[in-house]
Amino acid sequence: MSHEAALHAHESHGHDDHGHHEHHDTFLTKYVFSQDHKMIAKQFLITGMVWAVLGGLMSVLFRLQLGYPEASFPWLESILGKWAKGGQITPEAYYALVTTHGTVLVFFVLTAGLSGTFANFLIPLQIGARDMASPFMNMLSYWFFFAASVVMLSSMFVETGPFSGGWTAYPPLSALGDASPGSKTGMDLWIIAMALFVVSSLLGGLNYIATILNMRTKGMSMTRLPLTIWALFFTAVLGVLSFPVLLSGFILLIFDRNFGTSFYLSDIYVNGVGALSNEGGSAILFQHLFWFLGHPEVYIILLPAMGMVSEIMSVNSRKPIFGYMAMLGSLFAIAVLAFLVWAHHMFVTGLNPFLGSVFVLLTLLIAVPSAIKVFNWLTTLWRGNIRFTPAMLFAIGFVSLFISGGLTGIWLGNAALDIHLHDSYFVIAHFHIVMGVASMFGMFAGVYHWFPKMYGRYLNNSLGYMHFWVTLAGAYLIFWPMHYEGLAGMPRRYYDFSIWESFKQFAELNRFISTVAMIVFAVQILFLLNFFYSIFKGRKVTTLNPWQANTLEWTTPINPGHGNWPGEIPEVHRWPYDYGKDGVDFTPQTTPVGEHESSH
Amino acid sequence: MSLYLSIAIIVLIFVVIFQIAKASEYVSILKGEEASRKQNNKINGFLMIVFLVLGFVGVYVCNEMLFSKTFLVREASSVQGEKVDQMLWITLIITGIVFVITQFLLFWFAYKYQENENRKVFFFAHSTKLELIWTAIPAITLTVLVVFGLRNWFYFTGDAPKEAMVVEVTGKQFGWIFRYPGKDAVFGKKYYKNIDPATNSVGIVWDDKYAQDDILTEQTMYVVKGKPVKLIIGSRDVVHDVGLTHFRLKMDAVPGIPTTMWFTPKFTTKEMREKTGNPNFTYEISCDQMCGNGHYSMKGVVEVVDQEEYDMWLAKQKPQYYTAFPDKDPAAEAAGKANATVAKDSTVKATTAKM
Repeated sequence: MSHEAALHAHESHGHDDHGHHEHHDTFLTKYVFSQDHKMIAKQFLITGMVWAVLGGLMSVLFRLQLGYPEASFPWLESILGKWAKGGQITPEAYYALVTTHGTVLVFFVLTAGLSGTFANFLIPLQIGARDMASPFMNMLSYWFFFAASVVMLSSMFVETGPFSGGWTAYPPLSALGDASPGSKTGMDLWIIAMALFVVSSLLGGLNYIATILNMRTKGMSMTRLPLTIWALFFTAVLGVLSFPVLLSGFILLIFDRNFGTSFYLSDIYVNGVGALSNEGGSAILFQHLFWFLGHPEVYIILLPAMGMVSEIMSVNSRKPIFGYMAMLGSLFAIAVLAFLVWAHHMFVTGLNPFLGSVFVLLTLLIAVPSAIKVFNWLTTLWRGNIRFTPAMLFAIGFVSLFISGGLTGIWLGNAALDIHLHDSYFVIAHFHIVMGVASMFGMFAGVYHWFPKMYGRYLNNSLGYMHFWVTLAGAYLIFWPMHYEGLAGMPRRYYDFSIWESFKQFAELNRFISTVAMIVFAVQILFLLNFFYSIFKGRKVTTLNPWQANTLEWTTPINPGHGNWPGEIPEVHRWPYDYGKDGVDFTPQTTPVGEHESSH
Repeated sequence: MSLYLSIAIIVLIFVVIFQIAKASEYVSILKGEEASRKQNNKINGFLMIVFLVLGFVGVYVCNEMLFSKTFLVREASSVQGEKVDQMLWITLIITGIVFVITQFLLFWFAYKYQENENRKVFFFAHSTKLELIWTAIPAITLTVLVVFGLRNWFYFTGDAPKEAMVVEVTGKQFGWIFRYPGKDAVFGKKYYKNIDPATNSVGIVWDDKYAQDDILTEQTMYVVKGKPVKLIIGSRDVVHDVGLTHFRLKMDAVPGIPTTMWFTPKFTTKEMREKTGNPNFTYEISCDQMCGNGHYSMKGVVEVVDQEEYDMWLAKQKPQYYTAFPDKDPAAEAAGKANATVAKDSTVKATTAKM
């Protein structure tokens, strides 16, 4: 199909057999209970963005406390009421903010917001399918996520406050309402929200796997899939295999909380209450169940970002991704190893030293596929012809952050160092750089790159550049100095350091970090403005393939309807990375292989 | 009022930035896509190299400002901690080299290979040789780190020397309790249902013959310079963590599952005050596992003293048994029977304590 034809054809879809509800989309079926993967992707994205703003705002609030522990902000009291008596955030509120920030960012933003958005949006478009294997399940996946969001949000408003025991929710703290007010009703709601979330991600994940395996268009063999799809595939597999374990852990926790069982409880005497009758449980068991999801979760967050970065780098370097098979192999290795390293979060729980040593070995092993990916990205840039779109900048930023944060993983994965650095600010610096900010950069890259496909308009470039440079510099200014705090042993999750001879020396640094954090947050608001403004008023896309990319999504009309391609689904003849081959700038996957063409 | 003013200013700044961005978009449309792309490439390519240079300068400045505040500038205060520091340095050097090389290449390539219409890109899809090289080099380097790490790990987690003194550490919301075994060098049994905050904070079983000379202290733990000390760590309520940053070690305190850790202090607290020039220096125990709203205030102290001072301190300590049963205390034999009944009452209360 020629580009001209496609441009004019996008209103006249329906020549094919996917045939449901073409003609009478109501507002409700089009925007709310939509079964179109593209609309569901946007729902995930926008809900994720709402959570990102809330979660970011929470971090600004608790950074305010860390930066200015003595100051009083009367306006805080007018917003937070009893949680900020006298204009100062209370310890209860501080811990609730820290906990919710972690939960929301890890699960609602970087899992649902990231894979929910891009798996939904890209899988059918890039493999050449009309929609997901089960559009209805896909819709349910979003609505379970929405329900989880509502319950999580409602937990902020209960009398005893939201859950405040850290996003890892270790019992007994999370099991005993008498040990912490946040572990009362707030924790019940937290668990319910997380259970709904697990259902959402399972419904989504099963769908992604089924779609990728069964619904590829003609010619789209597995080794012709773009790396985004491979990454999303492994992400879905990780989620489907590990989220149920988390759910089981939570169900046991519900039993311990409400029905008097002792899965995680033993030998406990609570101040002011007395000795509990529970005996024989193990608090460590929960940590095993939690981290059996918790570690793969890190890669559930990272892999989609890696996939998108690979794709975006190749497109904007005008060069094939270097070592497609090695990239794929390293994704596979990371996905397998992700399941075999969970106990490195538990080196100081008193676990058997021999078991610990096995986890040291397996953990450091992950650095090998990670290193392969980094070197391959570097080689992709080498002798390319780089176009600095905002998406490309964020992709480069991702690699920089992935290097910085990945290398400190080598410190923490070594048990003999973890025994000093565990649960210190070094850990905060490490995982925020490598998992938090890096994945966020992957997500930004994805949004900038595929926004034209989502909305038929461009984001404002200048705002994008500003957004990138301030965020990159800000991320390093915030998290780099935290390594030093960690080397001094400064523990995480402290409300105030002023009574600590060893840590109060960092008061000035904490103030600096908090200030930068506020600036970086403000710049994210600029991005939001850009996003929502551009949906309605952005510069219109006038060509089918604005980035001159090879993948299939750019063969659809500018505003594809439900079903994606108005006519036949295009056939695929080659891998997606023929950039600069035989001197031709780019050769879309739909182009048949020429007779004299060299193989790659 | 000042709040509204600052909000107004921020909104104003946003509006201005937004308008500028919009204007620049119109300008780029006027200029044509090709020309504006070239300009953007130039600016961002230049910024890449600026970021690379400023980044390395920043790393240097940050290190100048903060390194002296980490404890790495002084030797660790325990024999084990020295090994941790040694490993930190090895790891820092290896990862530091990789960091500098890869970040340099990343930003340098980005700058150098920015779009140029005269360049023909190099179609380079894979090279088995290269890929093998950068699989093998990290694998070998990591093997070295694993070997170093595991040798230390097994040393840290291995058995404490026989001559080690033993202290039992119990975490509770939000403080620390220490128990010394007393003259018989054996801890009496304990059972959590015996806990009574006033007289028996860890739930010692008084009938046990080893229990009656056990010594309980709160907040401060005394240990001897140069003598290995083994901690038996537990918790009364939720998970805590004994964080000893000066000794470079930490270990969780888990209810129902005792853990252990041992180390050999190298300097007394007094010596450290001289070394650091800080008269307020103390070896602080920080709770390093989220344990509730008072987590940040859960502070303990390790007092490292020499043997002589330790013996003097120990001689002054009264076994907890006599606090629980003042009438059994030989020093206070004369005390009336009334006191004893009170004490007995409270133990009964503790055993039948509410669930």
